[in-house]
Amino acid sequence: MVSATAASVKGEYIMTKSNKTGIDMSSYLEKAPLHEKIEDLQSLSEIEKKLLYMAGVDVDSRERLGSFLQKDHSVVHCQVGSEGAEILSTTDALVNYDGLDDYWWKAVKPGKDQFTKRADEHREHGYFIRSFKGADIDYPLQACMYMSEDNLVQDVHNIVIAEEDSRLNIISGCATGPHVKSGLHVGITEFYVKKGATLIFTMVHNWAEDMAVRPRSAAIVEEGGTFISNYICLKPARDLQMYPTAVLEGKNSVATFNSILMASPGSVLDVGSRAILKGEGARAEIVSRAVSTGGDIIARGHLLGETPGIKAHLECQGLLLKPKGLIHAIPELEARTADVEMSHEAAVGKIDQAEIEYLMARGLSEDAATSLIVKGFLSLDIPGLPEDLKKELNDMVEKTGNAM
Amino acid sequence: MAMRGSSIRQPILQVEDLHATVAGKEVLKGVSLEIGEGEVHAFFGPNGSGKTTLLNTIMGFGNYKITEGHIFFRGREINDLPVNERASLGMGISFQRPPTIKGVKLRNLVEISSGVSGKEIDITAEMLNVTEFLDRDINDGLSGGEIKRAELLQLIMQDPSIVYLDEPESGVDLENISLIGKAINKLLGRKPASENDKTLKEKRLDRKAALVITHTGHILDYLEADKGHVLVDGKIVCGASPGDILHTVREYGYGECYRCLCEGGIYNDKE
Repeated sequence: MVSATAASVKGEYIMTKSNKTGIDMSSYLEKAPLHEKIEDLQSLSEIEKKLLYMAGVDVDSRERLGSFLQKDHSVVHCQVGSEGAEILSTTDALVNYDGLDDYWWKAVKPGKDQFTKRADEHREHGYFIRSFKGADIDYPLQACMYMSEDNLVQDVHNIVIAEEDSRLNIISGCATGPHVKSGLHVGITEFYVKKGATLIFTMVHNWAEDMAVRPRSAAIVEEGGTFISNYICLKPARDLQMYPTAVLEGKNSVATFNSILMASPGSVLDVGSRAILKGEGARAEIVSRAVSTGGDIIARGHLLGETPGIKAHLECQGLLLKPKGLIHAIPELEARTADVEMSHEAAVGKIDQAEIEYLMARGLSEDAATSLIVKGFLSLDIPGLPEDLKKELNDMVEKTGNAM
Repeated sequence: MAMRGSSIRQPILQVEDLHATVAGKEVLKGVSLEIGEGEVHAFFGPNGSGKTTLLNTIMGFGNYKITEGHIFFRGREINDLPVNERASLGMGISFQRPPTIKGVKLRNLVEISSGVSGKEIDITAEMLNVTEFLDRDINDGLSGGEIKRAELLQLIMQDPSIVYLDEPESGVDLENISLIGKAINKLLGRKPASENDKTLKEKRLDRKAALVITHTGHILDYLEADKGHVLVDGKIVCGASPGDILHTVREYGYGECYRCLCEGGIYNDKE
């Protein structure tokens, strides 16, 4: 187990480091060349297909009902094969969709920080996805943010609306091109889960090593609505910081966050999830699994209970595989009224030697045992994933485990 | 690596004057024993006498440090071999309190360790009544008896030449103890006494050796042991027929062992 003092001292150092250096936004290119529209994701180059595939994008679109692809600052593909939902670029939606004002910057505030401010000033599209009232969409829709130019900054603003009693499943992948070393991605996403609706949102990141990434997202969940947010980041990113928030406003609304994080040397992942429980009978669960092979992970979680009778649980498990890495778990429970039921469990440390020896007694080498334990640790049972993505994730976890 | 000159009747396991410490404290204080191919040895002893330490030291777990003495497997010294290499040579162990491994399914581990998959695992699992645990995380939420059965499944599939069983009957209810006994007999290539129809020589050939720790001796109602030993305070103080030891321990308890030892002048340090 990491001692509290060691972790906080090093954690402080990290926070100071990122505050001091921050992100020098002037060092990135603001302008990107325009890219032409493509009719079919199959027409992408093989290498691009592979990169997108690693970010959960099904280029054959066999198990997807619609796709949105933004390359740098151009929306190059936007198609939906279902009558139950629509996909537009947010630029188009601002013009063509009446009532977008009710959702534009309503869950996230534009003045929240320098990144939201930036995104408000530089509007470089993003997706607008809406499932219609009562629609139950079998296959997921996919949205992908792809950065092909090196050292570019991409600012996108996404709006997702699951109308009343609908069920919407989105796979959102982010990837960088083969020649990209660094860049800055700023992504605002506002989720609206209406009465009785279910929204499953799975984000898979496959960034270049020197990327700085600043997603800023929030969800507003109405009565009986369910918001499930899954985040998977098994590839290194130099500097990633996010703290998505679900505001459970409605009666019996539910939020679940699952995060799988892996930090190799040089990566700093500061990832949290927050649920604000306001509605009567609201429930939330936050689960994260963090593995460091030498990188730094700050795993945050925050449950805020505002109404009597709400229930929420926070679970954060960290495995530190190399002495140089850092995992700093910061679980927070905040009760603003009596009669709330909130709990957390956090455990950070190295792999238990007893587990390794148990597997060795069955004939596995120490490395094979470690790899199997890490694979098991990362294999969270995540709801809503299509078979192909499950398989892809298993392969990624397998590779990650084998690379120990 | 030291090798013993091979002989026709070389024991599968030979332990010579073994001293071992756990967390700096000496627990084994000079244990010597020899187990022949196919032989089952039962180890008795009061709590804290060093029985589990003996198994764990032979298996090579990290917390058990050999300070003196030697362990030979089929004549090869294995003092410095890592656990997995001992397993590969043909040593297997059933854990008293195995860890839970999250996200790793029992079936997955059995497949990896045995190289076997599918039906063969299912058949053995059914025999042990552990089918429902195959697709669960290893040891997650299992009761004492369920753990024993899951351990035996792993060992049967692993098919070692010598097996270390640490109190296989502990935590097992009466209904399941005969099931455990049957599974151990299968593991060791032995049939219950009533089904014995082969010659002694034939039987020896398919038999696995075992070192079985038992505090109460209950398992010996189901398993025929060839030799018995009593371990007290880190030393083997008595070697007798397993039946005689069992009888004494059942009738008089381990107090009788201490009394016998003190009388014989072997053991004067009764605490």
